[in-house]
Amino acid sequence: MRTVVAAFLVVLASVCGTRAEPSEACAAPVVLGDFPLERVSVAVAKGGPLKIVVFGTTSSTLGGSDGARDAYPWRLEATLKRLIPGTPVEVVSLAKPRVTADKMVKTFDRVLADEKPTLVIWQTGTFDAMLGVNPGEFLNSLTGGVEKMKSAGVDVILVNMQYNPRTELMVANEAYADNMRWVARERQVPLFDRLSLMRTWNDTGVIDLYAATKDITIAKRLHDCIGRALASLIIDAGRLNALESKTPR
Amino acid sequence: MSEKRALARHPDGDTGKPKSAAHTSAADASLEVLPRRDQASGLQASRERQVSVAPTITAERDLRLDLFRGIALWLIFLDHIPTNIVNWITIRNYGFSDATEIFIFISGYTAAFVYSKAMHERGLMVAGARILRRAWQIYVAHIFLFAIYMAEIAYVQSSSINPVFAEEMGALDFMQHPDETIIQALLLKFKPVHMDVLPLYIVLLLFFPPILWLLQRTATAALGLSVLVYALNWHFGLNLKSYPTGEWYFNPLAWQLLFVFGAWCAIGGAQRLSRVLRSPATTAIAMSFLALSFVVTLTWHFPRLAYYIPRWLGEWMYPIDKTNLDVLRFAHFLALAAITVRFVPSNWPYLKSPILRPAILCGQHSLEIFCLGVFLAFAGHFVMVEFYPGVAMQVLVSVVGVGTMIGIATLISWYKAMERGSGPPKRPLDADLAGGQV
Repeated sequence: MRTVVAAFLVVLASVCGTRAEPSEACAAPVVLGDFPLERVSVAVAKGGPLKIVVFGTTSSTLGGSDGARDAYPWRLEATLKRLIPGTPVEVVSLAKPRVTADKMVKTFDRVLADEKPTLVIWQTGTFDAMLGVNPGEFLNSLTGGVEKMKSAGVDVILVNMQYNPRTELMVANEAYADNMRWVARERQVPLFDRLSLMRTWNDTGVIDLYAATKDITIAKRLHDCIGRALASLIIDAGRLNALESKTPR
Repeated sequence: MSEKRALARHPDGDTGKPKSAAHTSAADASLEVLPRRDQASGLQASRERQVSVAPTITAERDLRLDLFRGIALWLIFLDHIPTNIVNWITIRNYGFSDATEIFIFISGYTAAFVYSKAMHERGLMVAGARILRRAWQIYVAHIFLFAIYMAEIAYVQSSSINPVFAEEMGALDFMQHPDETIIQALLLKFKPVHMDVLPLYIVLLLFFPPILWLLQRTATAALGLSVLVYALNWHFGLNLKSYPTGEWYFNPLAWQLLFVFGAWCAIGGAQRLSRVLRSPATTAIAMSFLALSFVVTLTWHFPRLAYYIPRWLGEWMYPIDKTNLDVLRFAHFLALAAITVRFVPSNWPYLKSPILRPAILCGQHSLEIFCLGVFLAFAGHFVMVEFYPGVAMQVLVSVVGVGTMIGIATLISWYKAMERGSGPPKRPLDADLAGGQV
């Protein structure tokens, strides 16, 4: 089902001309709705700095010795630095294991005061779905969190859960993913639909998510793709003038 | 009425062949409400009996119940395979409610149908004991499925390491402390995904004896009480706790509404509603509601369309809460049921046709077929993930799965018919998930 939806989105996006060359294997449409990142536009127009904070859980990190350098927050930072060289870019990852949306929201005030970001990338949903948090409460936490950031004058991008074919029978993501889509649309913030995106990449053979391996190569490639796709989203939604193709190889 | 019964019992004369098992079994179910000695006697006796006994039973078993429960079982199976192109055909993609509503409603209907006779003749204690015994059987079936599930999870956990999914594999942490997990599963607090329906069913049956008692005395009061509990729950948001956190996926305090409504329909409610159901206004309202919910559902599949849903409508409508049986889901089910009853009468000729027999067969052995469906969904998913991903495999798993459900249902019917065929029935008949035994 998702396959069809994802394929539809790919077609739709390519028709709308939002996406680059087909040779860009992991380039994909990622935005639902065309909600601008106004603070990002302003910050970059003023010459920066562009400070981005990533809130998230374990799936925003990577293990291994180079974990910090290979996880998507740093792939995002590297890509942005290359694409908008005139602007100082800093990405701070505050990803922590096993944190629900509700718990994350409780740290927002302090972090916003300490870090003063222009943009927050908020990855959530996975741990809530694993715990089976009441979807209604999850919805309230999401709405509360997005409101809190917007009223603090910070742009927000929501990032939903990963697609994992193996745990589909163990974790019921649907209700949480639906709630994230709804909040994104209703509060007018971009949603980076990691779930659909990874499904598309898996189904089209870009990244093999079925592989059983201890090797980190696939994970690195995935995070690189996510980082670049996020950069592309920020440039689009922030109406930034990128130096080169938005999705460099 | 008795004409249909006659057909159900002697459909085409070849009662010895497995093929006719559906009919035999349907007759069994309806015989459930009759005294034992009638089973051996002729059709005429059945007919007279039907007229003279059990004022609380409004009709003989309605094959539509089996048909739609069978279809619901197929749809539940298809929906339980997470990535499956075939589950595009299931009703949850076209409206607010899904096969679960159909299943619970029909189960309430048949439970009342089967046990009200016993309660009427032998009292609350006997009927209550039978209902509790049925709840126990379902509990055992649930634990059996849990064992199979654990086997799959244990395999997945040991075989599928990938740094990409470090977080998601945390969902399997419960494997690290089986002591706690297994006890919580026995207490129905730890319930893996897609294993929520049977625990709901068990709880509904546990509370069914007093409800049935009340339904037989003042049906309206029982239904009113059910609506009141539903409404209060809406307000107070009570639910049973789950392990390790969270609450039941199907809140029994909410879902009881469908079950009791089904039971109420079986005990005269359907007849009372028949005038309303026949009115063109009802049909028009139901059709419009189905159309509206179809349009809304479309926006879920094509997220870009969601931007055309007015904000006020979305704010009012979302989230559509499955756990607490959202009013929209209930209304959608009512609309579906109204349209179905309008266009599929109980004497619909196709109910006897061989094309629909497989679904009817599955509906008549719903506990077995439901459990089989849950197992097949695990197994199918396992094969797809571990060995052969791809659309062709999804189609194959779906077709083979439904085929297996039909095959096993046929086999069970044949076996039960055979058991009964040899001498007088030693063991009671059963009416499956809804029903217990006489």
